[in-house]
Amino acid sequence: MADHVAQARDIVKRFGDGKPSLDGASITIVPGEITGLVGPDGSGKTTLIRILAGLMKADAGEVDVFGGQPGEFLDDLGYMPQRFGLYEDLSVIQNLRLYAELRGLPKDEQAAVFDQLLDFTDLKRFGDRLAGNLSGGMKQKLGLACALVKTPRLLLLDEPSVGVDPISRRELWSMVKELTGEGIGVLWSTAYLDEAESCDTVFLLGEGELLFSGKPGELTGGVRERVFRISDFEERRRRLLTRLLDRDDIIDGTIQGRAVRVLMAPFSPRPTLDALGLASSVEIDPAAPRFEDGFIEILGGGPQGTSALAERYRQVPPGDRPAIEARGLTKKFGDFTAAHDITFEVPAGRIFGLLGPNGAGKSTTFKMLCGLLTPTEGDGAVVGHDLRSAASDARAALGYMAQKFSLYGDLSVRQNLDFFAGAYGLNRTSARSAIDNVVDIFELGDRLSVNAGTLPLGFKQRLALACAVMHQPPVLFLDEPTSGVDPVMRREFWVHINGLVERGVTVLVTTHFMEEAEYCDEITLIYRAEQIATGSPDDLKAKAADLADLDDPTMEDAFIALIQASERVEQDELRSAA
Amino acid sequence: MTRPPTFLRFDLRRVSALVVKESVQIVRDPSTFLIAFVLPLILLFIFGYGVSLDASRIRIGLVLEDDSAPALSLAQAYQNSDYFDVDMARSVAVVRDRMVAGDLRAMVVIPSDFGAAVQRGERPVIQIITDGSQPNTANFAAGYAEGVRANWAAAENLESGRAQAPPISLATRYWFNPELKSRYFLVPGSIAIVMTMIGTLLTSLVVAREWERGTMEALMATPVSMAEFIASKIVPYFVLGLGSMALCTVLGITVFGVPFRGSILALLAISSAFLLPALGLGLFISAATKNQFVASQIALLTGFLPAFLLSGFLFEISSMPWPIQMLTYIVPARYLIPPLQTVFVAGDIWSLFLPNIVIMLGFGVAFFALSFRATRRSLD
Amino acid sequence: MGRLRAITIKEIWALIRDPRSRITLFIPPLIQLLIFSYAATLEVDNIDVGLLDMSAGVHSSEFASRLAGSPNFRTIKRLQSPGELRAAIDRQEVIAAIVIEADFDRRVESGQPATIGVVLDGRRSNAAQIVASYLQDIATSVGADIGPLSRAPPGGSVVTNWFNPSLDFVWFNLPGLLVLIVSVTGLSVTAQSVSRERELGTFDQLMVSPLRTHEILIGKMIPPLIVGLINGIIYLLAARLIFGVPFTGSVALFFFALTVYMLALIGVGMLVSSISQTQQQAFLGSFLATVPVVMLSGFSSPVENMPGWLQIANLVNPAQYFLVISHGLFLKAMPVGAVLAQLWPIVIIGCVTLATSAWLFRARME
Repeated sequence: MADHVAQARDIVKRFGDGKPSLDGASITIVPGEITGLVGPDGSGKTTLIRILAGLMKADAGEVDVFGGQPGEFLDDLGYMPQRFGLYEDLSVIQNLRLYAELRGLPKDEQAAVFDQLLDFTDLKRFGDRLAGNLSGGMKQKLGLACALVKTPRLLLLDEPSVGVDPISRRELWSMVKELTGEGIGVLWSTAYLDEAESCDTVFLLGEGELLFSGKPGELTGGVRERVFRISDFEERRRRLLTRLLDRDDIIDGTIQGRAVRVLMAPFSPRPTLDALGLASSVEIDPAAPRFEDGFIEILGGGPQGTSALAERYRQVPPGDRPAIEARGLTKKFGDFTAAHDITFEVPAGRIFGLLGPNGAGKSTTFKMLCGLLTPTEGDGAVVGHDLRSAASDARAALGYMAQKFSLYGDLSVRQNLDFFAGAYGLNRTSARSAIDNVVDIFELGDRLSVNAGTLPLGFKQRLALACAVMHQPPVLFLDEPTSGVDPVMRREFWVHINGLVERGVTVLVTTHFMEEAEYCDEITLIYRAEQIATGSPDDLKAKAADLADLDDPTMEDAFIALIQASERVEQDELRSAA
Repeated sequence: MTRPPTFLRFDLRRVSALVVKESVQIVRDPSTFLIAFVLPLILLFIFGYGVSLDASRIRIGLVLEDDSAPALSLAQAYQNSDYFDVDMARSVAVVRDRMVAGDLRAMVVIPSDFGAAVQRGERPVIQIITDGSQPNTANFAAGYAEGVRANWAAAENLESGRAQAPPISLATRYWFNPELKSRYFLVPGSIAIVMTMIGTLLTSLVVAREWERGTMEALMATPVSMAEFIASKIVPYFVLGLGSMALCTVLGITVFGVPFRGSILALLAISSAFLLPALGLGLFISAATKNQFVASQIALLTGFLPAFLLSGFLFEISSMPWPIQMLTYIVPARYLIPPLQTVFVAGDIWSLFLPNIVIMLGFGVAFFALSFRATRRSLD
Repeated sequence: MGRLRAITIKEIWALIRDPRSRITLFIPPLIQLLIFSYAATLEVDNIDVGLLDMSAGVHSSEFASRLAGSPNFRTIKRLQSPGELRAAIDRQEVIAAIVIEADFDRRVESGQPATIGVVLDGRRSNAAQIVASYLQDIATSVGADIGPLSRAPPGGSVVTNWFNPSLDFVWFNLPGLLVLIVSVTGLSVTAQSVSRERELGTFDQLMVSPLRTHEILIGKMIPPLIVGLINGIIYLLAARLIFGVPFTGSVALFFFALTVYMLALIGVGMLVSSISQTQQQAFLGSFLATVPVVMLSGFSSPVENMPGWLQIANLVNPAQYFLVISHGLFLKAMPVGAVLAQLWPIVIIGCVTLATSAWLFRARME
């Protein structure tokens, strides 16, 4: 008997002509472990999972699931596709019952199993709610529950945590971890590298080929002693990062609150203050390597630090008012308050982050500020244009980039650019030069006549940013701008944003990526329609450290601690009211 | 260890779980409600009231160029006729303008020498001018106008001396529908369209929806076989189709006064035999397109339009050019319309029902075979 | 102006490049032109009739041979008994059965009036009536030739058909089909436009741009208008060149009226589009709107055949006015005054639907 529940060797899968989606990829899934499947978008993760689930046939290679062909022993397979496979017009219980019947769970066991699963997923209160009315995190848990109704021997999870907030993500992880204790083999595909780091084994795909397989520590080990944390510098942190990334001996860098974290190229000497041109008060400390560092390196490193976009951008003059103002913004839908009394100001040339779990009200706040929703109470302004009285002027002053890729997929790249240039009122000459500019910067030149919908995700991202900044707005609104995008592309995106901010552009961003939150100058955390904490990332981390008695918490730890603290306060109030 | 091929596995428990799921979705989905209940009512309403091929009163102009007694008497005959609403006019030009405007469908001109001709014992001639832009109405108008004149002449004994009754006359009898109500064939015909819409359009939408929303992918990773999946789609929509048919039948009989002379058993047999190819086509379309919008467009083109145009429901198949007649042979609704009209208006004529039922079942088998081939358990 | 130009160009591209809207754009007009123009005829030809000839004399044979010679009839099924006759009608093998009684020839010979019995299938009452009229003509012509007794002078009325002298059905169909096709494509193209953006997530992107509501609306109205006008040109040319249907009125007036009509329809389509959340709903909504608009336009059966209350309700149906204009300008050289008399109700309907849809569009922005 083999010691694996599933194995695939040298899989080739082709869609149409061109490079195969999978080109000799292999994977082994062992019982009782979480096996991570990691790779950039379009690297073939989903295709490989579908082949294991028996939904697609490989063109070449060997696949063995439970010692047979994939699709042969479906009774023992749990599978959660990217969109969870839930029937949105069925209730939670009806979804569970359907999958229980389909998987042949005996009727007399159903009640107990459902009870246990609903407990496990904390969905008991929502048994009769339609799946379509659940939040993203709850859908994800229900999807998992449906895959588990009859305990499988193999559980395939296709990017279960995309678009889900950190709390739900952590809960899901601990649920799955618990399952491995029962001997289930789990395959978890993800774009979150902190998740990959916690897997027992990791398979890293790139363009359909297997780039790495083994314990995550082995990949991390390769970059040991090359990761450093630079802190206590006077220089503006974005400017420092830009300067550092432009150096050849630094292949990656990120902002972490007031500090900058860098990854040195292999065989380069340990960085010194002199070499980096830093003052003597600055500290350079070795930092613990992460899976992400190894990942970036194996994919060829991050982008250069200087943004060509920012170099050609105008210098936005500082105004006498804050670039973005929210004063007591409240939105009610009927009886339901989606956002309550949200107040903040963003000075020009800053990045401001809206954070919060799914459905907490951050999107509502965001939409009120960009004029998509009219506030029930309160008001706001963008570059001094009041949202109520001068909404159109306010809209003209902002660039907008949304979570979902929301350009016109059936229009060519060129047509998209033409449209947005026109929609933002650029005249012919300035439209032409603006378009030429972004085409040059984002290397869209040989894709101009391609339908935007068929672009690789990275280029979609570039095009969306190009469309949002062609009119050189003083303010940028970014709604989960890099959701689902791999770390290398995310780095490139933030290089541009950092550059623009140095030009005086103000940025309002919502995100689930704690790494993006670190880029913010100030963050407000929204939970259950209320602003529960506001401050710089370091402030929030310090606050969370106090609240939860944590030592050096990450942004994600802070997020979770602050929300749990707010929940406790609320429960106390309820108790004292009762 | 040998197992049956996966696509043929059939477990009633799984099917019934899927049927329950489908039924809940039917109840909750507004578009199902629209197609299964609102659309039949609209169609029935339109064909019951809005579309009528019965000749009703036609608006004509009567140009009276003569004041003589016979001319006035003939004019009176037109005014008294049940076929016409008559507008009197003095000149052709006035009526012509109104015919151009579409107010009047025809005119009758009683010429200035009409009375004189009668006096002289000659046979007076009138002129009937129709609006040829509406050929059907023009035919009716000309026929009735001549009829009114002939009756008037007979009553006035103008022609009795010369020619008695014509040597050969026709005695017509219309079986099943002596009052010649077009509603009698339009209402059953609209039921055929309703069943096509539910069987083909609705089914293609719901299966395509499973592909679009990603639930198909989740189902395929469970032990559900394609046979079970297809069965679970057929059962609810079959029942829904019959339900909608029953609703239309009851309304047709009670509200629109269409007779029902056959048996309910026959009606059920005919409708069931038709629903199979309709459902089969719907499943095939959705399996082939996997996209709700494209599926709906193709369902309209291959289901709704042929049922409407090429089934013999409104337009006589025999009058179409032969390539189009050939096309009608592959339209299942063509085999539904005659038995359906018969079971309502004429009664149980099994010699007519059986061949049509057999052909419809044949189409059903063919479409199901096609959809089995197309609905492979694969995302490739 | 620049913004309006940008959104108009974008909408046109979206329409042409989206494979889904291409389906609605090109296939229905083609199918209609090819199949509808021939299939949708209320004429009755290639008729199958039964003949139960119990007389079998000279005159009954003469009748039978004239029947066979008539271009309207295809086959004549010889029946042997009333039982066969019943079965032939029941099974719809024939639409009518002619019964010539045994004494028919004897009566004709002896100069007595003779009667031919015809049993018709009332299930298809409309076609049956037309068959009866053909048979009547044959009976009359046989009678006229019989001899001295039938010296009846030619008919007491002269029938002239204006505008379409030979009552050609295609002349009626094509102007009507034009109304149908611009209605169907106009409604479905407009209904899709907003709901597609909602579903694809581009709607928010549009709303945060400085485009004003009226610019978005106008931008979305222009493509269906262009599609309608192009369909108009195609049908005008096809009518003339392929089907030989004359166009007697003013072409300029025709396109003016078509534009007004399209705007009214686009208003209806916008209404549907603003209400719908998904393309699915927009499709069903436009279908539900199209069916009554088209079926009650007067094309399938005259408006005056409807009950009075329905005629009143149908006053808000723009298609019925435009159908009159279309027939008028194709066949009747309709003058300006008569066209305008049909056009003003469309203008009112258009103002109401456009204003309502603009209001709904604003109201539904959230």
